[in-house]
Amino acid sequence: MSRSDKVVAHLRVNGDEHEVLVAPDATLVTVLRDQLGLTGTKRGCNQGVCGACTVLVDGVAVRSCLTLAALAEGREVVTIEGLRQHRVAEQVIRALVERSAVQCGFCTPGMVASLTDLLQSHPKPSVEDIREGISGNICRCTGYRKIVEAVQGVAAALAESGAREVA
Amino acid sequence: MAEVRDGGVGASVPRIDGLDKAAGSARYVEDLYPAGMLHAVLVQSPHAHARILACNLDKARALTGVKAAVSAADFPEKRYGAFVKDEPVLARGMVRYMGEPVAAIAARDLATARAAARLVEIDYEPLQPVVSIDAALADDAPVVHENFDKYVLRKPGRYRRNVFWEVELKEGDVDAAWAQCDAIVEGVYETQAQYHAYLETNGVVAEPDAGGGVTMWASCQSAHHGQTRVAEELGLPMSKVRCIVPRVGGGFGGKHVSNMHSVAAALALKTGAPVKLILTRTEDFEIQRSRHPARVRMRTGAKADGTILAREVELIMDGGAYADESPAVLSFASLMSRGCYRTPNMRVRGKVVYTNKLRAGSFRAFGNPQVTFASESQIDELARKLGMDPVELRLKNVLRDGEHWLGGQQLKRCSAGECLERVRDAVKAAPPLPPAAPGRRRGVGYTFVATICGLMGTSASIHLRGDGTVALATGVVDIGQGSDTVLAQMCAEALKIPVGRVSCGAPDSATSPYNWKTAASRSTYMTGRAVVGAAEHLKQQVFKHASDMLECAEVDLELRPGGKVGIAGVPGREVGFAEIAQRSLFLAGGPIIGTFGLVFDGPPFDPKRATIERFAFDNLGVYIFGAQAAEIEVDEATGKTEVLRGWSAHDVGRAINPASVEGQIEGAFVQGMGYALTEEMVWDGDGKLANPSFADYAVPGAKDTPVAIVPIVLENPDSTGPFGAMGVGEPALAGVAAAVANGIAQAFGGARPHRLPMTPERVLEAIEAGEGRRA
Repeated sequence: MSRSDKVVAHLRVNGDEHEVLVAPDATLVTVLRDQLGLTGTKRGCNQGVCGACTVLVDGVAVRSCLTLAALAEGREVVTIEGLRQHRVAEQVIRALVERSAVQCGFCTPGMVASLTDLLQSHPKPSVEDIREGISGNICRCTGYRKIVEAVQGVAAALAESGAREVA
Repeated sequence: MAEVRDGGVGASVPRIDGLDKAAGSARYVEDLYPAGMLHAVLVQSPHAHARILACNLDKARALTGVKAAVSAADFPEKRYGAFVKDEPVLARGMVRYMGEPVAAIAARDLATARAAARLVEIDYEPLQPVVSIDAALADDAPVVHENFDKYVLRKPGRYRRNVFWEVELKEGDVDAAWAQCDAIVEGVYETQAQYHAYLETNGVVAEPDAGGGVTMWASCQSAHHGQTRVAEELGLPMSKVRCIVPRVGGGFGGKHVSNMHSVAAALALKTGAPVKLILTRTEDFEIQRSRHPARVRMRTGAKADGTILAREVELIMDGGAYADESPAVLSFASLMSRGCYRTPNMRVRGKVVYTNKLRAGSFRAFGNPQVTFASESQIDELARKLGMDPVELRLKNVLRDGEHWLGGQQLKRCSAGECLERVRDAVKAAPPLPPAAPGRRRGVGYTFVATICGLMGTSASIHLRGDGTVALATGVVDIGQGSDTVLAQMCAEALKIPVGRVSCGAPDSATSPYNWKTAASRSTYMTGRAVVGAAEHLKQQVFKHASDMLECAEVDLELRPGGKVGIAGVPGREVGFAEIAQRSLFLAGGPIIGTFGLVFDGPPFDPKRATIERFAFDNLGVYIFGAQAAEIEVDEATGKTEVLRGWSAHDVGRAINPASVEGQIEGAFVQGMGYALTEEMVWDGDGKLANPSFADYAVPGAKDTPVAIVPIVLENPDSTGPFGAMGVGEPALAGVAAAVANGIAQAFGGARPHRLPMTPERVLEAIEAGEGRRA
């Protein structure tokens, strides 16, 4: 593709502003990985099914392989590299590791993004809410049980810290 | 249970690579972007079976940005294969499955490489494809490999029209035994191709050096196998090929190095630049491997009291276009087809055929799920015919300690019966679920599972660093199952140091001690033994230094927790690993490195007990046992089957990391559920894979899984295992389909599908056929 076909996109990723030249059909996952060096976001199928590429856009979990980079202009994109410092996501990451819910790990960054969205919108999720929340994230290793348990643990901890803050 | 030290054997230590993976900082192969990197794509065959009349790369090479294009002409004219040398790096003269790589392009970016791939001109003469077992065996079937008689075979054998390997296994006199049987059941059980569906597709980055060598970073299951195979395919000495394995996003048997690695290496050597070849999901479906589709005709006979006397098995597997691991899969499936039963008269005849489909290969449980589905379904059918409880029939016939597996290998211990009792008790003790809604029926099905852990050579080294921490190197690839953590725990336990003082390097054929492969549930059992041996070797050297430093005899020394050596019975008289290391590095003795290597050399098959022909191996490993149950619910109107709860008991010898053991059991159980109910690679009549995407191939999601899968871990230490441990990577997959089928049969008066996956249509059909029989 020639340079003239490309468009300039202004992306705000993990709090940093980036001006990048992208093809109009370039997906967000491609730009994040290949141009911004944010390789924590994984490409599992590039078909919008497996959820490994999930990131937060304006706080909502989206599949970055189905999202055009140009359409992320002016929005707040948070990848796993940014989620490490996120109040909820940081606990999700820690719980997944401590509860042995990480095996090959390839689905995990996307799983963290989906779970962060879930816990922000449903601070006290039921088991069914959790299963629903990760229904778009395939994990081939764990059988999901330990992931669900880890999230239950985070939700309980968040509820407790929330109660402390109120008190 | 022995006392569990912090981080040692028996502790559920969090994965040592867990945080890196969860936080997105772990590096997988696609995360490598070496400077000056080119992108490679494959040019795939649009035909399942066709002669290649011409292959012209000129237009592709002429495209701006293209750095190299290769076809078969660019490789040595030879074929590769572990058992049958039948497979070229790129298709030569003939394509044998749709999607088979014929050429490859390296270009400065992916878009250019893809554009160039479309400019490759290949003339094909399409031939009739062979797309099923029946088609392959037909008298007038097209021949998939017309020059088979020129291929090199590891063991000599006959070739009969697409049948490329046959095995036979006999004990007793099965033909004479039928007359003594009061009940005989017979059936045909069919299983499908399953896709591994690791979340990370296969990929490789190859970087050349100026001396004609190449370094590959590959997502694969063995650095050493990767090095061996690419060196052989490219005609290079192994000293010119290096394979490094970064983090791997799942394998399940599907990431043994294949011809794509040599393609990338050749492009790197040709262009003088690093080349990255990452398969798209569709390509990965189309060109890597699948589980073998199989047809099992099985007949089992017993006396009226339930004593099983005879079984006959005819096993036909569909190997796809190339032999790959098929002879081993066929042999192992044959060996597992008697199951855990004391059956004195037994005959198995197995064969594997070529078809014009993707090569089938190794996949978690390796031929076992196919025959276990047949065997354990049939045992329930036999129980129904005898009017016996299926669990009682199993326990009546189960092998006991000291008895022999099919083929004559003696079992020091057979804990299958104990596992089944534990599962049955757990099912009975489970709180009852609310009653099923009208129009839905429930059943509970049981199964045994057995497999082996072992095989081949492995080794370990432990280097004592200047600060008293240790560097453990094994060459084992952690494909997600947790071997890095488990091996580090064993190293820590053996040296009495916290696990945090052990590091594991990336497997690297240039620096890691030899290891065969991550396969056969062997890393804990085999490489664990190597780690224990290396720790003992290191301890001897440490003691030698300590005896000088403490001025005492070595026999008076003991290892103390925290990395210290002291004089036994004299508290305080001790030196630390750091002091010893410093002495070794700067004063005396030289750097301390403990090493140990071994090869599995357990007893081979016993020719006095069994006749065995053309088996791919002589011995395997130690046998490991388990039992499973599935509580299922079927919608009578649609046939849709759900697994409500699962139980899976496994004797692991010793759980080095109990949470990891549970993770293996739960993950394998769910992969087995996919195999039982939804997953099937479907080829159309032209040999085109119809569903090469996650949108069309149904891997279980979170909502498809039971809320409860109960892992039950038994620990009967194995005398040869490290700390008594054995493997657990595969068995929990093998029995799920049979347990589900047995649950359906229990719910519907014996009606059951005999074909996987048990889709709603097949379940409904089986139920209706069952009602027809009773009407």
